[in-house]
Amino acid sequence: MRHATSIVGLGVFSFLAILAAAFAHDNAFANHMWVLAIVLVISVIVLLRRENFQRVAPVDPSAYMDGPVRYGVIATMFWAVVGLLVGVVVALQLTYPALNIEPWFNFGRMRPLHTSGVIFAFCGNALICTSLYVVQRTSRARLFGGDLAWFVFWGYQLFIVMAATGYLLGISESREYAEPEWYVDIWLTIVWVAYLVVFLGTIVKRKEPHIYVANWFYLAFIVTVAMLHLVNNLSMPVSFLGSKSYSAFSGVQDALTQWWYGHNAVGFFLTAGFLGMMYYFVPKQANRPVYSYRLSIIHFWALIFLYIWAGPHHLHFTALPDWAQTLGMVFSIMLWMPSWGGMINGLMTLSGAWDKLRTDPIIRMMVAAIAFYGMSTFEGPMMSIKTVNSLSHYTDWTIGHVHSGALGWNGLIAFAALYYMVPKLWARERLYSMRMVSWHLWLATLGIVVYAAVMWVSGIQQGLMWREHDEQGFLVYSFVESVAALHPYYLIRSLGGALFLSGALLMAFNITMTILGYQRDEAPIGGALPAPQPAE
Amino acid sequence: MDYHTMRTFADSWGLLAMLVFFISASAFVFRPGSRDASAEAALIPLKDDCDER
Repeated sequence: MRHATSIVGLGVFSFLAILAAAFAHDNAFANHMWVLAIVLVISVIVLLRRENFQRVAPVDPSAYMDGPVRYGVIATMFWAVVGLLVGVVVALQLTYPALNIEPWFNFGRMRPLHTSGVIFAFCGNALICTSLYVVQRTSRARLFGGDLAWFVFWGYQLFIVMAATGYLLGISESREYAEPEWYVDIWLTIVWVAYLVVFLGTIVKRKEPHIYVANWFYLAFIVTVAMLHLVNNLSMPVSFLGSKSYSAFSGVQDALTQWWYGHNAVGFFLTAGFLGMMYYFVPKQANRPVYSYRLSIIHFWALIFLYIWAGPHHLHFTALPDWAQTLGMVFSIMLWMPSWGGMINGLMTLSGAWDKLRTDPIIRMMVAAIAFYGMSTFEGPMMSIKTVNSLSHYTDWTIGHVHSGALGWNGLIAFAALYYMVPKLWARERLYSMRMVSWHLWLATLGIVVYAAVMWVSGIQQGLMWREHDEQGFLVYSFVESVAALHPYYLIRSLGGALFLSGALLMAFNITMTILGYQRDEAPIGGALPAPQPAE
Repeated sequence: MDYHTMRTFADSWGLLAMLVFFISASAFVFRPGSRDASAEAALIPLKDDCDER
């Protein structure tokens, strides 16, 4: 009876979900609770069918617990395709407004589906599964807490499903990157605490005396995201059986709280956690220790101490006090130092192994990721300078910047980590195809370059059109003229996104075939070694 | 504890405490003997190949 507790627990919660649907305060909440009830009932049925009444073999306490990591890899790949696909759809919706299908699939509801889909579903699963992989191997200890890791995995998927269906049903707190309503936030808090317990417990029972730096970054990510999530989502529900809540903050305090959260979600979710990935998977794939371990420690502390103050740069020229805007700008510029320190540290790990760039597309993908990290962490501080920001703010330039960081850095490093882990996790000799990894890299890189370049052009044009005025001080263009002018750029942007998506689809195929145990018959990259010729 | 007290504390003692922590943490990295210790720590991920299944 391995699943007895889970089955009973899920059964009770399915019943409660049906009750909540029956007594719901508003229609949206009732629909959302029906979604929850259906998901939970399906889980109960699946678990009942998989139940095994034989005695369960005791687990080997010295073996690594890779089950949740394997599921996490598959979930990461699945959500990557979903999130990127929705991204291409919303890009096309901006290009052709007729594609907005009301009420569920209009841009306003699809946009958070895309952002949450790629940030929390794709990147979040990548972070959880790589962190659980890395912490076991660098601590030389099995995951702490037994089946708690399974709870973290499935609990997080439930959070994603509830968040995503909520957006489409029109349930939203409308806080950027934190749109789920109060009850979904509470669920994420529970899952996140369990995640912290699993991760920290594994570190506590480690057999390696030193805590490797990748785990420092992962731990900073877990702890800081917990703090950000709790403060940003402080709110009061209208009814405990309703889908609407009101924030504890108002006015400019609320705006600052949101961007304190929003920017540090970038800083700790998409940067610190992914740097943890970089500090483990780059040395592993290159088979060389990190360039400077001491630089990685300084990188860590500098990033932690500077990032948290940079949020106000999202509120330049608003009601936020001037000193706070300047503070945000100054700290953003100081962030150049740790960001580039980390980038150099990652790239220089390859010193003495640069030849691998020629033969190993996974290393190539990692180097491209680190290069995009360097580029977007250069662009970001530059855009936080008030004079630059007065042109770039609210324009597509910001969207281009976000995507060069998210697709280039987060996407590529997560893909590379997955390519590294899959053959190891499923005990395969190699990936199904290395040539497809190369194709994936170039499709993705081309996609990002098209995307970022076209958004620079459209963003700067947009910014210039908005501020253009004649000699009497009247604005030259109406807003809608600037929108119409962007149509061709939006079309090209969709093409860039589609290129990136096609790379991810190729990867999904490659990973599936690897897991199924196939190997593509192909010539090795860089050519085979020339056969030794007998001396004349 | 009103806003003003917290604000004054944050930009005086709070700021100093964080600065001192950051400088000591950075200085600690360069303590005598840290070169060997960190060189060893850097090898942690490369050591585990033997017990991977």
